[in-house]
Amino acid sequence: MLLISCPNCGPRDETEFHYGGQAHVPYPENPNDLTDREWAEYLFYRENTKGTFAERWVHSTGCRQWFNMLRDTVTYDIQAVYQMGGAAARRARPTRS
Amino acid sequence: MANTAAFTGINGLREIRRSPASHLAEAFDTGSVQGTVTLNEGPFQTMVGVRVDRSSEAGARIASVTGGLPERCGDVGGTERVSVLWLGPQEFLVVAPEDAHDSLGGDLIGSLKSALGDAAGQVVDLSANRTTFELSGPRARAVLEKGCALDLHPRTLKPGTALNTEVGNIPVALFKTGEESFRLFPRASFADYLGRWLLDAMREFASPEVP
Repeated sequence: MLLISCPNCGPRDETEFHYGGQAHVPYPENPNDLTDREWAEYLFYRENTKGTFAERWVHSTGCRQWFNMLRDTVTYDIQAVYQMGGAAARRARPTRS
Repeated sequence: MANTAAFTGINGLREIRRSPASHLAEAFDTGSVQGTVTLNEGPFQTMVGVRVDRSSEAGARIASVTGGLPERCGDVGGTERVSVLWLGPQEFLVVAPEDAHDSLGGDLIGSLKSALGDAAGQVVDLSANRTTFELSGPRARAVLEKGCALDLHPRTLKPGTALNTEVGNIPVALFKTGEESFRLFPRASFADYLGRWLLDAMREFASPEVP
């Protein structure tokens, strides 16, 4: 069980949250200009990082707000929690190879 | 013409309303251990969901109707009669007695709606969304700790605090109203499950403690 620090509510159990996939995937400025391949890559292609990964979470049983989180996919160590729309937080330690 | 005179509630409907856990009233009565932990349902409270930016003008107008809007997670605003629970940064739950409802002679929802006016936000009557359980007694905290991961110790959780969390794996708003009393607001469809879950959690306190 992860203990996740919601920016609004403080530390809560992982069961109160839902996962929202990779963070910082910008919506294409003009989707009509994209080829089918580029559109498919925007929709379905995501990083499969081993190490520090920026991802979105929502505190669905609490304040129902989305936020971003930097989590190590190997150790499950939560390195940073920051606002939606904010710039990607600096990685606390280098990505494992 | 139908025999409308047969209905005698405040608005003619009170007598035929059934609260979500009304079928458990007897079980709550027998399951309660007087002086240790008691459980009962306080049905039909008037509840209003309010979504508004509390720093805006409309937020100030709504705050003047409810007697304040809570600022952060855990805070409860309002007056003696009306409690305003913090659900999110711009989302609040106003809980008031049954007779505050506009259909029963009150004016809570109407005055909240006119306070919001055309501003960005929402005022929705949610009276039928949740029911209220009152769990009180010296062992109330021990009962909740069986299914709630929050730190419920009085050094952390003070009376007058309300938190949105999980109890017995279902989402509830948990309002600590006194040193030894809690109010739980489960959604109506979870009321049967939570009522039975609480009764089961209370059962051990009916027997003498094993030394």
